[in-house]
Amino acid sequence: MNFNATLIGQLIAFTVFVGFCMKFVWPPIMAAIKERQKKIADGLAASERAEKDLELAQSKATDQLREAKDQAAQIIDQAKKRASQLVEEETQRGHAEREKIIAQGHSEIEAEKNRVKEELRKQVAALAIAGAERILQREIDADAQSDIVEKLVEEL
Amino acid sequence: MASYDTTQEYINHHLTNARMCSTEQGIAFNKACEDAGFWVWHIDTLAWSFLLGFGFLFLFYRMGKKATTGVPSKTQALIELIVEFVDDNVRSSFHGKSALIAPLALTIFVWVLLMNLMDLVPVDLLPWIAGLVGQYGFGMDPKDVYMKVVPTTDINTTFALSIGVFVLIIYYSLKIKGIKGFTKELTMQPLNHPIFIPFNFVIESVTLLARPLSLSLRLFGNLYASELIFILIATLGYFQLPLHFTWAVFHILVLPLQAFIFMMLTIVYLSLACEDH
Repeated sequence: MNFNATLIGQLIAFTVFVGFCMKFVWPPIMAAIKERQKKIADGLAASERAEKDLELAQSKATDQLREAKDQAAQIIDQAKKRASQLVEEETQRGHAEREKIIAQGHSEIEAEKNRVKEELRKQVAALAIAGAERILQREIDADAQSDIVEKLVEEL
Repeated sequence: MASYDTTQEYINHHLTNARMCSTEQGIAFNKACEDAGFWVWHIDTLAWSFLLGFGFLFLFYRMGKKATTGVPSKTQALIELIVEFVDDNVRSSFHGKSALIAPLALTIFVWVLLMNLMDLVPVDLLPWIAGLVGQYGFGMDPKDVYMKVVPTTDINTTFALSIGVFVLIIYYSLKIKGIKGFTKELTMQPLNHPIFIPFNFVIESVTLLARPLSLSLRLFGNLYASELIFILIATLGYFQLPLHFTWAVFHILVLPLQAFIFMMLTIVYLSLACEDH
């Protein structure tokens, strides 16, 4: 244990070192560390926020997708319904048309039949008149006896 | 080793500081300084501790100047690791507010650690180089060239540190508690009665003085002992190799631990000084 002037030298050195460290070393390093800590904290917060945003967007997208699917299904349903309705309607209209055409045909046939009947009736009247003329062998005033003929014709 | 006559001489040579003093004939060295009394300078202790202190402060200062807040370089990461380590310890032990404590703790920790780490340099290497420089540079007998490279094995260094801490303890005690509070702390504890004032004062004074004393003697004792063992191991010839290695590995733990203890106790003592009862 030999204390000597070295003690004083070391004491001065220690004081100077501590003073220098306090003034020029500690503050900038600590400032850099604090700044970085803040940056990292901010970054972490931002990433957390982004994650939350992403989650939100994903759930929103899922919702929208489901909605779209629902709508699509609804539209397809409607379209199917409409298609079957159309088919039904067309079928019914076809049926009606057919009925109409058939009815028309029937009425036309009826009219033709009536017309032919009339014609036939007229020819038969003329024939009857000619036959009667011959049978009577005399001239009969066709105009005077026409009411009889008319009656005859009507009876046919 | 071979150039020494006895082991005794070898050990003595390695445990002697390089001294410098001024005599009537001008500046003198080593053996000429035996009668100089107090005014002897251990130039090896001073040189190594200044070198390490300046090295540490220069490195940290330069890093602090170009410290980025972005991705740090490896050096910056290491320095920030040390700074944060010290800062954490200060924060956990010292609850007052002070701009001095943390830089003080950092300086003590790193400086003492670096001085301690000189213990891991092979014991003969630097004295041998110094001897060669003395021999061929200045024409001296290598045995007259002394070089003790671990500044913390010099009691002057450890006491300088602890005296600095002690001054701060007194300063903070007076600043926080005032003269009255400090006097009261010294005289009214642990037995709070006027009769016991002398008794209390003796006990508290011993407590107060024991702090810097134990602080410096612990560091000095540990480092001096480990240096001595290194030197003893070095006298064993070839057996020194495994022993040296083992002892060095052991000191990878001991040396930082001693620096850490010195720093931690400084913080604790100062926080005690700042506590108002």
